[in-house]
Amino acid sequence: MLEVFVEIWHSLPLVLQVGFKIAAILFPLLAMVAYYTFAERKVIGYMQLRVGPNRVGPRGWLQPIADAVKLMFKEIIIPTNAERQLFLIAPVLALAPALAAWAVIPFTDTLVLADIDASLLFVLALTSLGVYGVIIAGWASNSKYAFLGAMRSAAQIVAYEIAMGFALVGVLMAAGSLNLREIVLAQAGGFFQWYFIPLFPLFVVYLVSGVAETNRAPFDVAEGESEIVAGFHVEYSGMAFAVFFLAEYANMILISALTVIMFLGGWQPPLDMAPFTWVPGIVWFFGKLALVAFLFLWFRATFPRYRYDQIMRLGWKVFIPVTLVWIGVIGAAKFFTPFGFLFS
Amino acid sequence: MNFLQFSFYLFSVILIVAASLVVTVRNPVKAVLYLVLVFFSAACIWLTLEAEFLAIVLVLVYVGAVMVLFLFVVMMLDIDVARLREGFTQYLPAGLVIAGVMVAELAVVMLSGRFSLDAIPRPVGRGADYSNTRELGLVLYTDYVYAFEIAALILLVAIIAAISLTFRRRGGTKVQVIAEQLRVTKADRLRIVKMSSEITDGEKSQ
Repeated sequence: MLEVFVEIWHSLPLVLQVGFKIAAILFPLLAMVAYYTFAERKVIGYMQLRVGPNRVGPRGWLQPIADAVKLMFKEIIIPTNAERQLFLIAPVLALAPALAAWAVIPFTDTLVLADIDASLLFVLALTSLGVYGVIIAGWASNSKYAFLGAMRSAAQIVAYEIAMGFALVGVLMAAGSLNLREIVLAQAGGFFQWYFIPLFPLFVVYLVSGVAETNRAPFDVAEGESEIVAGFHVEYSGMAFAVFFLAEYANMILISALTVIMFLGGWQPPLDMAPFTWVPGIVWFFGKLALVAFLFLWFRATFPRYRYDQIMRLGWKVFIPVTLVWIGVIGAAKFFTPFGFLFS
Repeated sequence: MNFLQFSFYLFSVILIVAASLVVTVRNPVKAVLYLVLVFFSAACIWLTLEAEFLAIVLVLVYVGAVMVLFLFVVMMLDIDVARLREGFTQYLPAGLVIAGVMVAELAVVMLSGRFSLDAIPRPVGRGADYSNTRELGLVLYTDYVYAFEIAALILLVAIIAAISLTFRRRGGTKVQVIAEQLRVTKADRLRIVKMSSEITDGEKSQ
C-alpha cells in the first residue's frame, strides 16, 4: 500500500511535488498561527487571573475559527482618499515574506523544503522585507495616526535589524556556515553544545530584537493604542486587518523557529542519551519552538510599553555595541588564543 | 526556450518596465516603490546567474535597508510636482544633448568588440553544493584584503563626515542624562511620611 503512494509521489511532476510540500508547510503553519492567538489570550488570561475565551466550543477551542469567520464576513472599508492599490497590497506585502522564509527552515536533518547554501542570509533578507507592508499601509491609509505608526515602525525595524544581523554574524562565526541545517548540526551533542551558552549576549540581543522586530509588547509603539489608536493598521477592517494579524503572528513563530535553530540546537535532543534520542527530532524542534513562542506572550503580559526614545537608545546604544564587542571576542578567541573551541 | 531563459526574460521585462515607471510616474512614493521592484528583479536575474550571495545581499542591503530609509524620507517630504515640472521645456534641449552623448559613448564601448559574446568566455556552471559565498569570502579576504579594508574605512569616514557636517547643537534642547536616570533609587525620589490619621472638616460635619 505504502509503495503505491511512494510510486504515485515520484510520478508527479516536480512543480506539483513542490506545491504539495509548500502546502504541507503552510497549512499547519496557518493553523499554528490561529491557535497561537488563542494560546496568547488564554496564557495572558491566566497570568492576569482571568479564564480567557471559554465560550466557543469545548473550553473555547473553536474561538480562533469563530474569529476567522467573523473577520472574513466583515466589510473591508477603503477610506475615500486612500491610495487604493497600495492600501490593498500592503497586507499582502506584510504576510508574504513571513511565509516565504519558511522555505529554508530545517525542521529535522532531512525535512527541509530548500536546503540552499546561504539560507541564513535568505531568511534575513526576507524578514527585512516585512517592513514594507507596514510603511505602505501607513502611507496609503491617508491618516495621520496610521502614518505616525508607520514612521515609528520603520525607524524601529531598521534599528533592530542591524543588531539582529550582527547577532547572526556571531552565530555564523561559531558555526562556520551560512546554512541553517549545518548550523544545527554544529550544535550536536547535548545542550552544553548549543550556542546560547557561548553566545549568550547575542542570544539575548537576538531574542529581544526579535520581539522589537515583530512590533510586539513591550516594543509595540507602532500600534501604541493609547497614543495613536492602532498605528499603521488603524484604517483596516475585515480580512485586510486579519492578514496583518496573521503576518504578526507568523513572524513571531518564524523568529521563534530561528532562535531555536541558531541558539537552542534545532531538532537536537538536550542530551545525546537513550531516553532523549528516542523522541523524534521534529518533536524537540516544535517543543523548543513552543517554549520560545511562550516567551513572547510572557513578555507581553509582564512588561509595560517602552517609551519611543528608550527603544531607540536600547537598539543603537546598547544592543549594537554589545554585539560588536562579542563578535570581536569570538574572533580574537578563535584566532589568537587556544580557547577558540569554546565558541564552536 | 528553457525555464532559465524564460525567467531571465520575465525578470528583465519587469525590471525595464519598472525602471521606466520610476522616472515617469507622478507620485514620488510610487516611484520609490518601483525602484524597489527594480532592485528585486535585478536580484532575481543575479540568482539565475548563480550569484546567490550577491543577489541576497542586494535584497538585504538595498531593498531591506537603503530603500526603507529612502521611502521614509520621501514620505516626509512635501514634494510639489508642479514646481518640479516648471523648467521642463527650458532644460529639455540640454538634457537631450547630454543623453545623446551618453548613449553614443555607451555605443562606442559596447560595439568595440571587447564586450561581444565571443570576447567573454562562457562561465562554468557549478553544482548546487558549490558555495558561492565561501569563494567570495576567500577572495575578498586574501587577494583583495587591502582594497576591501580601505573601502570599508572610506565608508566609515564618509559616515562620520556626513554626520559631523550636518549635526549642529541647537541651544535650548532638553536632553535626558540616561546614566542618572538609571542610577536613581527609591530613596532619591520617594519620601514616606508617617503621620497619624486626621479628620477633615467635611467628615466632621457628617
